[in-house]
Amino acid sequence: MSNQNGTISNVPAQAPGMEMQNGVPTIVSAAGVNVMSGNEKLHTISILVENRPGVLARVSHVFARRGFNLESLAVSRTEDHTVSRITIVVAGDDEAFKQIGNQLLKLIDVIKVIDHTNDNLVGRELALIKVHVDNAATRAEIQQLAELFRAKIVAVDPTTVMLEVTGKADKVDAVTTMLQQHEILELVRTGLVVLARGEKQT
Amino acid sequence: MRLVAWRRRFPLETHNSALKTHYWSIMDGAEILLESLKQEGCDTLFGISGGAILPIYDALGKQSDIWSILTRHEQGAGHMAEGYARATGRVGLCIGTSGPGATNLVTAITDAFMDSTPTVFLSGQVATPNIGKDAFQECDIFGITMPIVKHSYMIKNTQDIPRIVKEAFHIARTGRPGPVLIDIPKDIGEREFQGAFEYPDSVYLRGYQPEAPAADEQIRAAAQLIAEAKQPILYVGNGVNSVDAADELLAFAEKINCPVTTTLLGRGAFPGGHALALDMLGMHGTAYANWAMHESDLIIALGVRFDDRVTGNPKSWAPNAKVIHVDIDPAELGKIRFAQVPIWGDVKSVLKQFLEVVAPKQHSVWNEKLEKWKADMPLDYEKEGKLKPQFVLQELQKATQGEAIMTTDVGQHQMFAAQYYHPKQTRSFITSGGLGTMGYGYPAAIGAKVGCLQGHRPDADVWCITGDGSFQMNIQELATGVLYDIPVKIAVLNNSSLGMVRQWQKLFYSKRWSGIDLAKCPDFAKVAEAYSATGVTITHEDEVADAIREAQKNPGTVVLNFLTDAEADVYPMIPGGKTVHDMVVDGSGNKIPVGGWAKSHGGNGNGQMEREALETATSGEYAGEWNDDLKAGQLKI
Repeated sequence: MSNQNGTISNVPAQAPGMEMQNGVPTIVSAAGVNVMSGNEKLHTISILVENRPGVLARVSHVFARRGFNLESLAVSRTEDHTVSRITIVVAGDDEAFKQIGNQLLKLIDVIKVIDHTNDNLVGRELALIKVHVDNAATRAEIQQLAELFRAKIVAVDPTTVMLEVTGKADKVDAVTTMLQQHEILELVRTGLVVLARGEKQT
Repeated sequence: MRLVAWRRRFPLETHNSALKTHYWSIMDGAEILLESLKQEGCDTLFGISGGAILPIYDALGKQSDIWSILTRHEQGAGHMAEGYARATGRVGLCIGTSGPGATNLVTAITDAFMDSTPTVFLSGQVATPNIGKDAFQECDIFGITMPIVKHSYMIKNTQDIPRIVKEAFHIARTGRPGPVLIDIPKDIGEREFQGAFEYPDSVYLRGYQPEAPAADEQIRAAAQLIAEAKQPILYVGNGVNSVDAADELLAFAEKINCPVTTTLLGRGAFPGGHALALDMLGMHGTAYANWAMHESDLIIALGVRFDDRVTGNPKSWAPNAKVIHVDIDPAELGKIRFAQVPIWGDVKSVLKQFLEVVAPKQHSVWNEKLEKWKADMPLDYEKEGKLKPQFVLQELQKATQGEAIMTTDVGQHQMFAAQYYHPKQTRSFITSGGLGTMGYGYPAAIGAKVGCLQGHRPDADVWCITGDGSFQMNIQELATGVLYDIPVKIAVLNNSSLGMVRQWQKLFYSKRWSGIDLAKCPDFAKVAEAYSATGVTITHEDEVADAIREAQKNPGTVVLNFLTDAEADVYPMIPGGKTVHDMVVDGSGNKIPVGGWAKSHGGNGNGQMEREALETATSGEYAGEWNDDLKAGQLKI
C-alpha cells in the first residue's frame, strides 16, 4: 500500500475528470526531459480555460508572482468555442513547477492543467521572416534555403521576401540563423502549440 | 430592540407567484441585485455609498430586509464583513463605490484572502460606456484585485446578475472559503431587467470542484499511523473553525487521548483549559506546545498551512514526526512539509470518518510528560512596575470565563490575547493572522456583534483587544458602532508605542528606536466621549477588574484605556526562521532547552537533555548574538 518514501499510492480518483495522485487532485505529470541549468527544466503545459475576458491575466499572474519568465505562450480557441487552450513553455525546477500547477488548478476559470513534458507530442511554432533582397541572386539563394527547410515564400516585392516557417523551435532557430547572412528586416514567431499523438487527449 | 424594525422579514415563499412575476418585471438591475442577495440569505450589508452605486443605495433605501450599515471608511466596512463572517460562518457582504471606494476595500479583500474568510465584496464601477476612458472615480478594481480574490466578476449584462450572485456566494463559502469581488457598472444597476426574476437553484462551474469525500485508503492509512504513534499531537487551525468541527475535534482528541495545539486562527477550535489543551504554538506559542511538537512522532495537522510563524525553520521543525495533513485546499498538502498521508477533504467530514475507524487509545507517558511541562513552564511575566498587559488579559479571562467573542488587532496585544484568553467556543477568537492588518480589530468586532444581533449568538459579549497604534487605524468606526447601537467593549492596551516593532528593535537592533514612538496619542477615554461612547482610563492593577465589570454592565460602546508598561514584551519567543532550540521565555535572553532545565526535572533519562542544555544555554544580552545572525542572513524577520 505504501511505496519507499511512505506515500500512499494507488488511490482511485475521487472524482471523474480530475487527475488524482495520493487522493489529491494534481496536474497530470511533472517530470521534465529538457534539462536547463541546475534543476531547471523546460516544461510544456496546456491549460484549458473558460473562454472569458481576464482569464489569461489570472493565469499569467500565477507565473509572474513567483518570478517565472514564460519562454513562450500561445492562446487560442479549441474545438469547443467555450474553451480556450493556453500552451505555455516555462523553465523551472520540478518542485516549483508542481506548486504552479497546484495554484493554477485553484483558479475557478481553469478547467484542466496538463504537463506534456513526457508526452509523445506534435509541437509546432510558426515564424514569419522578412528579408531584404537587392538582387536576383540573393532572391534565388533565399528561395533555395526555403526549399531546404520546407518553408514557404508568402510575399515577394522588389526589395523584400517574406518566409513562413513552421516546425519545432530548433528548426525555426536554424532558419533564422541561416537567414542572418542576409538582412532580416523583421521577424515574428508564435508560441509553441502542441497536441498529443494518437488517441491520447492533450 | 431597535433591530426588530430593521429585520422585518417576508419569506419569499409567501409571495403570490403571479403577483411576483408582474412586480419583478419592472425591476431594475439594482433591485435584482438586492433580491438575489436576499435569496442568498443576506441580512446585513456594510459599506459606504457613492456616485457609481447610487442605484444600489436607492434600492437599499426602498427595502428593509437587508440592514444597510453605513461605515466611516470602506476598509472598516470590509473588516466588518469579515468579522461578521468569522463569527457566524455566513458570507460577509460589503460594498464600496468606484475608484477610491473600491481601492479602500483592497486591504480587507487581501485580509479575507489570507485568512480564508467567506466574503463577497461589491464594488461600484463607472457606467459601461465610460470604462477605460479615465472617467471620474474610475479604477480597474477587477484588475487590481485579481491576485487577492478567490474569484471576481464584472457584470456586463443585467440579465446575468442572479447567476453571478449565486456563483459568487457559492465560491465564497465552499471549499477553502475566500473573498469574491463583483464589480458593478453604474448603468447595470439602472437598466431595466427583462422578464421574470428567477433565481438559479444550482451553479455550473466545471473548473471548480471545491471538495470530494476523502478516499478510504487515506483514512485507513491515517488510522494506522495513529494506532502506531506513541507521541502524537493534533495541530489544528482555522480549517476546524471554518467548518464548525470543534465538537468532532473534541470527541476525536479525547478518543485517542491526544494533546491539541492550536494556531493563532485555530484559537477556540479546542476548549481552553481542557486537560489535553496545549494552547497556541509557534513564534509566541507556549513552551510546552513547541516542545511537544518538537518531540512528537506524529503530527495530525487539521486545517493548517504550516505557516512560517508556526514552523520557524521548516527544515528542522518537528524532526521526528510523520505527518497526516488534512486540508480542504489540495494545494496546501505538502506545500511546506511533506505529508506521509495527505488527505483532501473538509476537516469535519474527515474527523467523522476518523472517529469511525480509529480505536480508543491512551498516551499516559506522553501526556504525563506534557502535564509536567505545563506545570513547570506556564506562561509567565515580570510583575514589577507599571500595569502589565498580560494582567489585563488575565482579568478579562476571569471576567468573561472565555464565553465572550474576542477580536484583536495586530501586535503585542494580539499575542497576549492569544496566550491569555481561552475561548470556550469555536468562532470566538477573531483576528487578522495571515495579513496581520492593524486596524482590523474594532471593525471586525462590530461585524461580529452585528452577526450576533442578527440571531447567531444574540447574547454573546464582544470584546475588542487593541493597541494604541492599531486602534487609531480605524478609530473612526466608533461613529458607526455608536450610531447603530452595536455595543462592543474595547480594551486598548496603550503603551504609547508600536510595541511589537519596539520589541524587535530591542531584541534585534540594539534598542535603536525608530518609528515606534506614539507619544501624544489622543486620550482614548476623551475620544470615546467625543463619539458619545463611554471612556475610562485605567492605570493601576486594582482598578482593572472593576473597570471590566462596569464595562460588561454598560449597554453601550465602552473604551477602556489601559495605560500599560511599554517594557512588557511577548514571551516565549522563537525568532523568525529559528528553531525550538532558540526559544527564550523571558527578558533575560536565556535560551531554554527542550523540556526545560535538567536540574529542575531530571531530563529525559538519557542525558541528552543535559547535553543540549549545555550546548544551547547562553546568558546575558542576546541582542548582540541575534544581530550577528541578522547580518549573516540567518535570521529571517
